Amino acid sequence: MLNLITDPNLQWILLGSMLLGISTGVVGTFAYLRKQSLIGDTLAHAALPGICIAFMLTEVKSVGLFMIGAIVAGMIATVGISWITRYSRIKQDAAMGIVLSVFFGLGIVLLTQIQHSSYGNQSGLDKFLFGQAASMTAKDVYTMTSVAVVLIVVCALLFKEFKLISFDPGYARGLGFSVATLEQLLLWLVTIAVVVGIQAVGVVLVAALLITPAVSARYWTDRLGVMTVLSGLFGALSGAIGTWVSAGTAQLPTGPLSVLTATAVFVASVLFGPQRGVIAKLVRRRTAKRDWAAENAKQSGAGVGASAKERGVSA
Amino acid sequence: MSGFWIMLTGALVASCCGILGCFLILRRMALVGDAISHSVLPGIVIAFLVSGSRDSFFMLFGAAILGFLTVFLIQLFQQSGVQNDASIGVVFTSLFAAGVLLVSLNAQHVDLDLDCVLYGEIAYVQWNTLVLGGVDLGPKAVWLLGITLFIIVVLITLFYKQFKLCAFDPALAAAIGIPVALFHYVLMGLVSMATVSSFESVGAILVVGLLIVPPATAYLLTDRLGAMIGLSLVIGVISSVGGYYAAAALDASIAGCMVCVAGVMFVLAFLFSPSHGFVVRKLRQRVSAAREAY
Repeated sequence: MLNLITDPNLQWILLGSMLLGISTGVVGTFAYLRKQSLIGDTLAHAALPGICIAFMLTEVKSVGLFMIGAIVAGMIATVGISWITRYSRIKQDAAMGIVLSVFFGLGIVLLTQIQHSSYGNQSGLDKFLFGQAASMTAKDVYTMTSVAVVLIVVCALLFKEFKLISFDPGYARGLGFSVATLEQLLLWLVTIAVVVGIQAVGVVLVAALLITPAVSARYWTDRLGVMTVLSGLFGALSGAIGTWVSAGTAQLPTGPLSVLTATAVFVASVLFGPQRGVIAKLVRRRTAKRDWAAENAKQSGAGVGASAKERGVSA
Repeated sequence: MSGFWIMLTGALVASCCGILGCFLILRRMALVGDAISHSVLPGIVIAFLVSGSRDSFFMLFGAAILGFLTVFLIQLFQQSGVQNDASIGVVFTSLFAAGVLLVSLNAQHVDLDLDCVLYGEIAYVQWNTLVLGGVDLGPKAVWLLGITLFIIVVLITLFYKQFKLCAFDPALAAAIGIPVALFHYVLMGLVSMATVSSFESVGAILVVGLLIVPPATAYLLTDRLGAMIGLSLVIGVISSVGGYYAAAALDASIAGCMVCVAGVMFVLAFLFSPSHGFVVRKLRQRVSAAREAY
């Protein structure tokens, strides 16, 4: 475990996981409040056709190209989700499900095309899809740093606008903001965070990095600013602990460990959250019950006294 | 003959999913199928470790238990105040992460190909046959899915009114004395059964796709629940037959093609549905604007 401090390779992975946790935690807050928690899952699956097309066009296996393909596909997917929800009566969850399955189905068709034709093997694609945090290098960490900085700066600059469209899009429209543009921008930020996350933890688990810290943060505060910061912190903490445990053991992968750490934070938040937590609720219910019982006893005692007095008068 | 079995399996999956998907879409829980198909992973791994065999019965059993656990946990967190979609997301990602960890912990003595377990291949359906007393009774998957479909049809027909009311107005249903929570669990149990019995033979993506896309397409075409279920069945069967021929023509993944055909039909309904279509509504707007101007 001590080698974590000395081994430069592990330091890069640690830094990368923490930065990833911060960026997904921050944008995840808005996704959670806008009831789009599963957008991470959708975009991660929707990236597949983009990656395949990038490979088919260039025939080069480079992570940079895969990321560009994935981001383009993710952006198209977000536009698709917005159109379906805006121009038909289909709700958000079903729209996400449609985009997820159709894009992923298309991706599988393209993948079989790649396998059957002369493009060579697609082993590099698999590695990209299932995530390899342990193979993170200095270059990946630079990418993650720049992405994290961009995401945080944009979220800080547009904090007020994002807050407004998260809580009351109708009012935002009334004030003259272009809600559709802001929503799309937010979705694109999520896309970038998800695509960067895919190569670290894989398609399925990147969804957790987006949701779990945000839900946990919601249990501790009612203020959006505090919640965003907390969510980023929880994300970074999960990444750090995941990397640390994974470095201490021989064969455990970083991604699932980070996700399980985030889940542990979530369970702790559900139990111990100061206002909404299960224990706080139980305590509040018990005090309320006791107060009510005490008040009742007092009243009925007073009632008995009063009736006795009345009886005395009538006698 | 192989084509017939593949199309029949596809059509059976489409029917199971098409019926249940209608209720999921109306209850806004469309992504539950996706969640279940991922969260069964630890169940499969544990069943494999305990039994030591790759027999599909044990795996199915493990997967079914995890499917019900997923549904239960989602409901539990939802009742403690977590948003519906967030609770789905948290539960399935943590279970999947636990599954991946279990696989990598036992990597030396587990020969478990993740792709093959999670993303079954419908093209191999015909070779995995059920042999009883020396008689070849056809593919196992067809029997399993047939039984699942039978249970789904029986339960939904018997309690159609109750399921309908719970889907549209749970508060009213509770007020007139229908056990809403029980019906919710029955529905989710059926979804988890359908997912588990399909994903081994046809792959998770086909289950998720057929659970959402055909019902959503039907939702754009009608305003009646009965008609919606019927349409969703028809669209699902067309997708599986059309997808099979498309895959044969393109030499591509059959499950992927089936989902793509369903996607094309959704886009058509989205644009040209007589009641809710994009183009039709725009035309109607223009006509009424013109009339107003006139």
